[in-house]
Amino acid sequence: MTAAATMQQRGSRLTGLSDFFFRRPGALTLVLLLAPLMWIGIVYVGSLLALLLQSFYSLDDFSGLVVHKFTLSTYAQLGEPANVDIIIRTATMAACVTVTGAIIAFPIAYYAARHARGPMKAAFYLAVMMPLWSSYLVKVYAWKLILAKEGIITWLAGETHTTWLLNAILGLPTIGGPSLSFSFTGTFIVFVYIWLPYMILPTQAALERVPKSYIEASADLGAHPRQTFWTVILPLALPGIVAGSIFTFSLTLGDYIIPQIIGNSRFFIGQAVYTLQGTAGNIPLAAAFTVVPMVIMGLYLMGAKRLGAFDAL
Amino acid sequence: MTAAVSFQHVSRHFGSVRAVDDVSIDIEAGEFFAMLGPSGSGKTTCLRLIAGFEQPTAGHIEIFGETAEGLPPYKRNVNTVFQDYALFPHMTVGENVAYGLMIKGMGRAERRHKADEALAMVKLEGFGERKPGQLSGGQRQRVALARALINQPQVLLLDEPLGALDLKLREQMQEELKALQKALRITFVFVTHDQGEALSMADRVAIFNNGRIVQVGTPSEVYEHPRSRFVADFVGSSNVLSPAFSRAHGGPAAWISLRPEKIDVLWPDAKIKDDHASAEAEVTAVHYQGAMTRIVAVAGETRLTATVTAQMASGIGAGERVRLQWPLKALVTMEADE
Repeated sequence: MTAAATMQQRGSRLTGLSDFFFRRPGALTLVLLLAPLMWIGIVYVGSLLALLLQSFYSLDDFSGLVVHKFTLSTYAQLGEPANVDIIIRTATMAACVTVTGAIIAFPIAYYAARHARGPMKAAFYLAVMMPLWSSYLVKVYAWKLILAKEGIITWLAGETHTTWLLNAILGLPTIGGPSLSFSFTGTFIVFVYIWLPYMILPTQAALERVPKSYIEASADLGAHPRQTFWTVILPLALPGIVAGSIFTFSLTLGDYIIPQIIGNSRFFIGQAVYTLQGTAGNIPLAAAFTVVPMVIMGLYLMGAKRLGAFDAL
Repeated sequence: MTAAVSFQHVSRHFGSVRAVDDVSIDIEAGEFFAMLGPSGSGKTTCLRLIAGFEQPTAGHIEIFGETAEGLPPYKRNVNTVFQDYALFPHMTVGENVAYGLMIKGMGRAERRHKADEALAMVKLEGFGERKPGQLSGGQRQRVALARALINQPQVLLLDEPLGALDLKLREQMQEELKALQKALRITFVFVTHDQGEALSMADRVAIFNNGRIVQVGTPSEVYEHPRSRFVADFVGSSNVLSPAFSRAHGGPAAWISLRPEKIDVLWPDAKIKDDHASAEAEVTAVHYQGAMTRIVAVAGETRLTATVTAQMASGIGAGERVRLQWPLKALVTMEADE
């Protein structure tokens, strides 16, 4: 009888709800995910589709108004040499930043994952994350001072008698310029610096998941450390490197502030989009430009999948 | 004849921890050698010293007469079957098995052929194209074995290889490993904490405790003549009799090991056989274990465990007065330690 009484006490309305969800876990998942799903579905994917739609409209050259009629003429405009230049320039920059970032990030990530312990590990996380806590603009302007003609790099080159080297770099076609802060070399340096944490962290996470016994097994079977690196460590770290490269590549493709502040007057995709949708009011071409990074990323991921980057996942 | 593996006063310290402490041992060529001990006793560190993953703090190691200390793992003709198998997840089973050959630079076709042979040897024909993730624990174990054997090592090291398998599979793998070792005539060094495994498979067993080898011998030697209480306790179970109890029941005045299966359980008025000692005791617990029954009884202050057939145990329950009887020659004198 006492047992029945306790059961009764527990049977409030709220527990009734709990019981309902206990019996139907699918309903619980739905309730929990409904809000974020609507956010992603409507606000995110919806606006992306609207953007895609815009790229199939065109701008009337005389009135400056958008013609709401399906056409591929905007994409044809995208194929003009000046625009193709922008796309190639941006994609090349993104590729260089990604490759350099991966090369710089790997040893750091490897050290953190396989050797650093205790306080060293905490120091590593702090060192990698701290730049992310300060304002992006402050960092970029700080770099502008570092790279300027009157900046520390020019001074350092003078002190170490390597001004000739700096001048040789600045004298190179395309990547050179009057000073580092007005050259693509400068843009490149700042891009690599800004996106490096996004490359280090996934690479480190991937390396952390490689058990020590794999490396020992490889050595046990006769592999020199270099062979172990190429056949075991790198393939298993590849999903992490690819994840990091997705960040660095797409962030570089879309950024319009760094090339604005550091670099010369030649446009990157982000700047083109910014100008086209603002001053020029050419929303269709801006939309078409925005589709380009998405297509490039799609192709990149397909290539990575074909190369087996995700096999170890 | 040179020993397959020879340890001369080998120590491996990690800071203040003496994982391996002044170990000297010779493992003969072609021998199935087991290193047995509780976890943290130094047996795995010894194995890692042979493989080359660890370097000795002091002492000298030889593998087939060649100095091993300072030699990295990839320069030793020794291969290991890892406890977690350590199969590379991004390679197929065939690629895993052929890994050692690929490293040596053997051509693709020949490599494949040899890998198929090695897989056939461990009864996994046709599994070459699968990924390790698609295999069961027992199959992975066989792949790890094939991968380690394809390099034709002089010594094969096995680090608790059967630990993760269920009982039936473990017994089957024990037989297969033993047969494989006989056929290949390779020296096997096997690390385990399972005394049953060590006794049933090994030609010789070394028992480890606190970084030292406390006894080496054939399985029957270490089982029948444990030199210390630790060995008596760890290898099988044993009744440890104090010098006083032993002397009072016709034995020598020393610490004695008496195996439970040597003790008969009789009714108090039963006649005692010649050359046997006996003690009256009260049964405190009866554990039915299928083929055998374990009876725990107390004689004065001394707790004794007897393992008897179900037939002999019939009718005996807790609280019963019984007479325990054992042959005097079953008493094994031990060094007083601990």
